[in-house]
Amino acid sequence: MIGQPLPRTEDLRLLRGLGQFVDDIDLPGVAHLAAVRSPHPHARIVSISADEARKMPGVLGVYAAADIEPINGIWPVHLPHKGLRAAVERILPTDKARYVGEPVAFVVAENRYQAEDAAGQVEVDYEPLPGSGTWQRSLELGEAIHPGNPDNVAAHVVQRTGDVEASLREAPHTLRETYEIRRGGGHSMEGRAVAARYDPSLGTFTVWDATQTPHGARRMYATCYGLPEERFRVIAPADVGGGFGPKAQRYPEEMVIPWLARELGRPVKFIEDRYEHFLTCTMEHPQEHVVDIAFDDDGVILGLKDVFYSDMGAYGTSLIVPTIAGCTVPGPYRIPNLHIEFTAVFTNKVPQSAVRGAGRPQGVYVMERTIDRIADYLGLDPAEVRFRNLIQPDQFPYAVGLTFRDGSPLTYDSGDYPELLRKGLELIDYDKQRELRAERRAAGVYRGIGISVALEGVGLGPFEGATVRLETTGRATVILGAPPQGQGFQTTYAQICATYLGLDVDQIDVVTGDTAMIPYGTGTFASRVMANAGPALATAAGEVKAKLLESAAALLEAAPEDLEVSNGQVRVRGMAEGVAITEVAQASNVGRPGISMVKDMVPGLTASAYFNPERAGYSSSAQVCVVEVDAETGEVEIVEWVAGHDCGKIINPLLVEGQVLGGIAHGLSNALYEEALYEEDGTPLTVSYLDYPIPSAHEMPWIKLYSQETPSPLNPLGVKGAGEAGTLCVPAVIASAVEDALRPLGVRIRECPLSPAFIGDLVDEAKHRPDASE
Amino acid sequence: MKPQGFEYHAPQSVKEAVELLGELGPDAKILAGGQSLIPLLNLRLAAPEHLIDIGRIGELRERRRENGTLRLGAATRHAELLSEPEIGDGCPLLPLAARYIGHPQIRTRGTMGGSLSHADPSAELPAVAVALDATMVIRSVRGERRVPAGDFFVSFLSTGLAEDELLVAIEFPVTGPRAGSAFGEVAARAGDFAMAGAAAVVRVGEDDRVTDARVVCTSVGDKPVRVPAAEEALRGRTADDAVLAEVEAAVAGQLDPGPQLKVSAGYKRRTAAVLARRAVRQSWRIASERTA
Amino acid sequence: MSTLVKARIEVNGTVREVEIEPRTLLADVLREKCSSKGTHIGCEHGVCGACTVLLDGEPVRSCLTLAVQADGRSVETVESLAEPDGSLNELQSAFHRHHGLQCGYCTPGILMSLTALFRTAGSPSEGEIRDFLQGHICRCTGYQQMIEAALEVSEHAESEHAEAEPAGTEHAGTGQ
Repeated sequence: MIGQPLPRTEDLRLLRGLGQFVDDIDLPGVAHLAAVRSPHPHARIVSISADEARKMPGVLGVYAAADIEPINGIWPVHLPHKGLRAAVERILPTDKARYVGEPVAFVVAENRYQAEDAAGQVEVDYEPLPGSGTWQRSLELGEAIHPGNPDNVAAHVVQRTGDVEASLREAPHTLRETYEIRRGGGHSMEGRAVAARYDPSLGTFTVWDATQTPHGARRMYATCYGLPEERFRVIAPADVGGGFGPKAQRYPEEMVIPWLARELGRPVKFIEDRYEHFLTCTMEHPQEHVVDIAFDDDGVILGLKDVFYSDMGAYGTSLIVPTIAGCTVPGPYRIPNLHIEFTAVFTNKVPQSAVRGAGRPQGVYVMERTIDRIADYLGLDPAEVRFRNLIQPDQFPYAVGLTFRDGSPLTYDSGDYPELLRKGLELIDYDKQRELRAERRAAGVYRGIGISVALEGVGLGPFEGATVRLETTGRATVILGAPPQGQGFQTTYAQICATYLGLDVDQIDVVTGDTAMIPYGTGTFASRVMANAGPALATAAGEVKAKLLESAAALLEAAPEDLEVSNGQVRVRGMAEGVAITEVAQASNVGRPGISMVKDMVPGLTASAYFNPERAGYSSSAQVCVVEVDAETGEVEIVEWVAGHDCGKIINPLLVEGQVLGGIAHGLSNALYEEALYEEDGTPLTVSYLDYPIPSAHEMPWIKLYSQETPSPLNPLGVKGAGEAGTLCVPAVIASAVEDALRPLGVRIRECPLSPAFIGDLVDEAKHRPDASE
Repeated sequence: MKPQGFEYHAPQSVKEAVELLGELGPDAKILAGGQSLIPLLNLRLAAPEHLIDIGRIGELRERRRENGTLRLGAATRHAELLSEPEIGDGCPLLPLAARYIGHPQIRTRGTMGGSLSHADPSAELPAVAVALDATMVIRSVRGERRVPAGDFFVSFLSTGLAEDELLVAIEFPVTGPRAGSAFGEVAARAGDFAMAGAAAVVRVGEDDRVTDARVVCTSVGDKPVRVPAAEEALRGRTADDAVLAEVEAAVAGQLDPGPQLKVSAGYKRRTAAVLARRAVRQSWRIASERTA
Repeated sequence: MSTLVKARIEVNGTVREVEIEPRTLLADVLREKCSSKGTHIGCEHGVCGACTVLLDGEPVRSCLTLAVQADGRSVETVESLAEPDGSLNELQSAFHRHHGLQCGYCTPGILMSLTALFRTAGSPSEGEIRDFLQGHICRCTGYQQMIEAALEVSEHAESEHAEAEPAGTEHAGTGQ
């Protein structure tokens, strides 16, 4: 069962349109929330008048900050980092709006149409302030976005190992380059969604929340409402339409909905539409890296210094994205002297959060472009330069010398990077591709080859848990705190449980994301669940199996070590007769009222286990692609693409392929397509898919996948993570291939994304340079 | 988002439709396929008090070909431009350009008349109408009038239609033999708004020399831009590399687009010129039967 | 409030009569009044394709269709695809085996578009399949496995057609 490419049980309902996403859940009497949103990127809120709005048809209430004062306290910082300067965030701002779309009031009405009508009638008096759409402008704005941060700097963090200044001074060669990488939003096809109901008889709230972190939501409710966590049951439904990072954050609408349900005595829901997703769902903002690299005549890297700026958006509850970006830069290479420094800056845009890849694509871009630059400078083959610098398979555990986002020293657990790259080059037939490139160039076609290798920190702590129950029906229930958003937990965790418990996969039910079913959980993000919940489940299932065997042994008067589980029975190995699992479960879980259990029987065939990893593990990926660029129009055609992943032990290869392919598509969107555009003052210019392209099946080329498995020593299953693996290499590999294609024109690629207009202009500039060849 | 409220009218005939327009004029919008209008309503960028749904008017879906003219009702769907042999045989440029309009699911509903009346400068059909010397047939309570496509498009999202007028049909001279057409555009993804585009129709004589040509660019200004200098460069000549270079230079020389988001003016100008050159080359090759 | 309008819409074979504000989108009527929660709303500007249904057999964006425009017409949604006994049809089954879906939010729209494609094009090529799916955005899968699923159905249709008597094949027009 582990290792089998089983199709998913989830599909049976999803393919028939019978999924239960938050908006599908039947809540009789449910009312709808719409928000009054700031049209200004930065403005003082002078007054709010809801008199007209309250009279509109269907309106049940209009709420400004003053109306929700009991729950409108300041939020705790999500991941406190000693460098992070405090930033204010509440459900509704009391002083000013700091990004276009920030809610300043809420309207609840009988339906969404009427709620929007009324929201349009709420009168807000704003005093616009100077706003900033870029970190550069923020530093010079002369207007503090948050009190106490007059220069709009949120944090400044430096990490070093070795002596990079010395390496730069003494190296035979040094280069400096500047890179700007602009990623975008999550754009899960289901936006944010939350519904809640209050039960006055119990004083409890039930919340259905399309969130990646239900226990985190519960904790925040408890904080905002000043109530114990037990009063909140937060359920991430079995069907959530994609997450990708932004759904792991906390939001104003999410926090206010339960309170409104209690106020109004009716269920209330908020279903984010796409326009709201563009304006208010967290995303990654631009980074600009200035890199100094020291290397020798063989292309071996001696030192690397990266000083970068990270645009944080309007609020900064954590430094995850720049921290991870910085830690990702050294990647799979041996670099003894490192200096990674970043300044996180507030801007008047939606707050930043991790989006699939979480800052790693930026780090990979920087490192891989740098390697290509070294190769170009020395006239060496770029694959060869990589081989000369890659960490070798006998060097694990490998300590980089930096501290990772999880607070532990950045240490790679296992992998074989040279072999992963070698396989990719072989699969694409690198030598033949170089010949083809030469032939096509001779015919005037701009064809290029790109390479990228990347590491992905996975399986972060602190922990994740699993409960297993063997039911009297003979079926088993697995309960996980971490919820899925399409990854197939219902199937893969059934596979793990089946393996460790001895049942068939189709006898196992998996329940996820419900804070009432399992008390502690961290959540689904950062490709962490398999490496945490997998081992936890294996342990819990193993314990339940042991209890099952003990109880069965009591019934059979045998020794547990002589027993085996198969076909719904427990029997002595080699014997035909045994006892039905249902009978053992009945005896253990129920018994007979008032009557003592058989000696040595175990009461309750259930166990819970939590697994906390020592530190993050590391998956690896390598990609090689071939492109042809139409230099006249800037259009890029991908001719060949091979993508390799090493995610440790694989539970379900069919699903892992899906994760890798999906990650690649997201990476390709970042590389060539999507870009969030803003005016200078932070007013968003791209607010619909009419201006924000995400590739369809038409744009995606065929991708050849390959894999290898180097198990992780950090957990007994040897598993790592795969959710973001595909994404990390892509912006770098595409930039690498496009630059290679345009090498005859001397074009350098230092940015991301590469739209046709961007490439077209670069080519034109190159042709008009005084030193242009041809 | 959800649209704001409006009063809904579903006239059953052109007469009824123009009477309603006459009455409601500035407060009304025409609903044809809805593929351009409803997104605006959903984003609350448009909030007309009245919507006049012309989707049930049979006359607007009629088409006929007679006396060298292909007349298409304004409610002809984009999908029909691709699928109906009568249309493709009459004016091959129509299906060639229609491939680029939105996506298949948009094309089932979107109409030619809707696209032309909406007059988005990055749309394909306005440039095509100009390149095909189409005539717009317009009706109101005051009667019918006919406007050449070249005069119909006034500015960004603005045509020569008065507030009480309805576009009822578009008449195209049949392209005929010894002619070739081509269309090309660059967009972020297939079906997205063009960053630059060009349509070409080329007619040749017995000796393969060009007798007449049309070169029209889209997404390079607030309306389609015809380039007479490019057409002149072709007259009496064959489209060899030197002539094609002149065509490209003529287009680049005349165009003066503004930037659009992150697409620079220079990119639009250069790329439209390249696309025009390629479309002219393709058209001439078809006209002189140099292609399979 | 504007004058309400009536619409009589046949949804998956059952006639529904609704009285609604004319601004009500077909997608909302399907979800709220026709028990078709399988039709999902992803963008409301006609680009993502999640809301795609068949209107008189043709794929349309239900978010760009007013419910009143569907008066007197027939709508097919994802709920109509499964076999009468509830089992998956050939296309759904192929998606299942090839892992052509992950979160499932965009899937109903894609299934409806492919259903329309297979009705008109019998055994489309990979290029035709990708072209037809231009109008759909999936953020989870990267599309490759769903293309494999569609190709399997296409190849099966082709081999079935090759075995059948060489009678004339009807291709339903896409006019109207």
